Amino acid sequence: MITELLNHLSGNLAMGLAQAAGAIVLCAAVVIACRRFGVHVEREAAISIARGLVQMVLVGIVLAVLLHGSLLVGALILLLMTVAAAVTAARRARDIDGSTLLSFWAIAAGSGVVLTGMLATGALQTSVTMLVPVGSMIIANAMNACAQAAERFRADVAANVGQVEAGLALGADPAVTVAPYVRSAVYASLLPRLDMLKSLGLVWIPGVMAGMMVSGADPVYAGIYQFVIVAMILSASGIAGLVMTLLMRARAFSPAAQLTLRPRLRVPSAQ
Amino acid sequence: MSETTVIQNTNFNATVEYPDEAVRRASVDGTPETLTLETRNLSRAVSGKLLVNDISVQIPPGEVLAVVGPSGAGKSSFLRLLNRLDEPTGGSVLLNGTDYREIAPRELRRRVGMVMQTAWLFPGTVAANIAFGPRQRGEILTEEQIAALLNRVGLPGYQDRDVSNLSGGEAQRVSVARTLANAPEGLLLDEPTSALDEASARGIEELLLDIIQERRMTCVIVTHNRLQAARIASRTMVLESGGLVTIGPTKEVLHDH
Repeated sequence: MITELLNHLSGNLAMGLAQAAGAIVLCAAVVIACRRFGVHVEREAAISIARGLVQMVLVGIVLAVLLHGSLLVGALILLLMTVAAAVTAARRARDIDGSTLLSFWAIAAGSGVVLTGMLATGALQTSVTMLVPVGSMIIANAMNACAQAAERFRADVAANVGQVEAGLALGADPAVTVAPYVRSAVYASLLPRLDMLKSLGLVWIPGVMAGMMVSGADPVYAGIYQFVIVAMILSASGIAGLVMTLLMRARAFSPAAQLTLRPRLRVPSAQ
Repeated sequence: MSETTVIQNTNFNATVEYPDEAVRRASVDGTPETLTLETRNLSRAVSGKLLVNDISVQIPPGEVLAVVGPSGAGKSSFLRLLNRLDEPTGGSVLLNGTDYREIAPRELRRRVGMVMQTAWLFPGTVAANIAFGPRQRGEILTEEQIAALLNRVGLPGYQDRDVSNLSGGEAQRVSVARTLANAPEGLLLDEPTSALDEASARGIEELLLDIIQERRMTCVIVTHNRLQAARIASRTMVLESGGLVTIGPTKEVLHDH
């Protein structure tokens, strides 16, 4: 397997590196253009580009090694991806204790339900080459939805502490006092995916369809399958956003119905 | 009439209907209220800093206690502890001798209402805001009850107004009516006039004074305005750095400090 991998790499490595270099040059040009307008993203862009390249090379190597792995191997890879996604999404909910665990459950719920459904209905095959790329798309979108919901909920509650506490002071259940912010958080997490579904085929032709067509699949079937994938992405995102918001809501209050989620920069004041 | 009792609002000659229990607690016919509010060694520390430090005070039924002191003295922190919007890190609060940790927070907050510095009205109509508190317990205020409460706070006919169109003084009056709709036994006032212009502030102050006196509510008012404390409160306590400096009859305390 290793020999096969090395042969494969040597054949394509030079071309891949040349293409990557071209992409990096274009990115660098954009960064320089941004700099002219006072937008300084040099360091962040350099780190992002370096990380992206290294990560994708590593993923390629791992996938090449695991090409013929079992469903168990694929599930393990997806589990690790979910953990990484949870760590990333949790950064948007730093004010909440245990935010990484909350993110994990939210992303796992969204992507787990959808992937299980797809496997059960045969919409997704159990081979690693299918399961991991499709699963990663769903997990990545669930991660984004989770982060967007967390950020929106945190920001809305922090901006409306007075109204939330006015509700509490009137004897309202904590869930009632933050109900508008739960709704807006879930909506905010769904909106990009809804736009994605609306613009499917009109504004963009996603990678799965493009890849299937390049591989010789029927374009109509490729289009329908792409729709299935994006619809599943929407479902996973909705579940992840909803679960994350509800978990955050539960953590935003103490057992005595006191609001514990406060603005990030708020300094305790005696007045 | 099994669910409600009709009483007369003598100030505005309007008929007010309250639920029976509410009448018992918050009637305007001079029935003395019975809430004794007491703090025992009440303290709250955040990140090692004492915001409220070992305060013990008893507020008998119907008394108005003013809390004064410089900025950062812990006045609002003390008030927030009284209806458990924040958790004490030491000591406790007793309602008629019962530790308030034994009372469900939602019930506690209904019994001890709070009017904040900012009205914090919920988006929607004035009527929806006033009906909010009772609705949390499954009680529906009638249109007549809402109208009577609005009459009481000097806003007749404001039921259908959108709260976004209210002035600061009007919003604070709605906030007072919204709190009264819960028929609280005690009232906490956190600088209720400090965000208003002078004319509005005086109007709200007179309204609050009338309501407190007619309902004989146990009341704690935080104010930075010593004249306001003198007009409203029979006793005043002075806080500094979270601690109780002195407490006594308002005239004496304000004269000495």
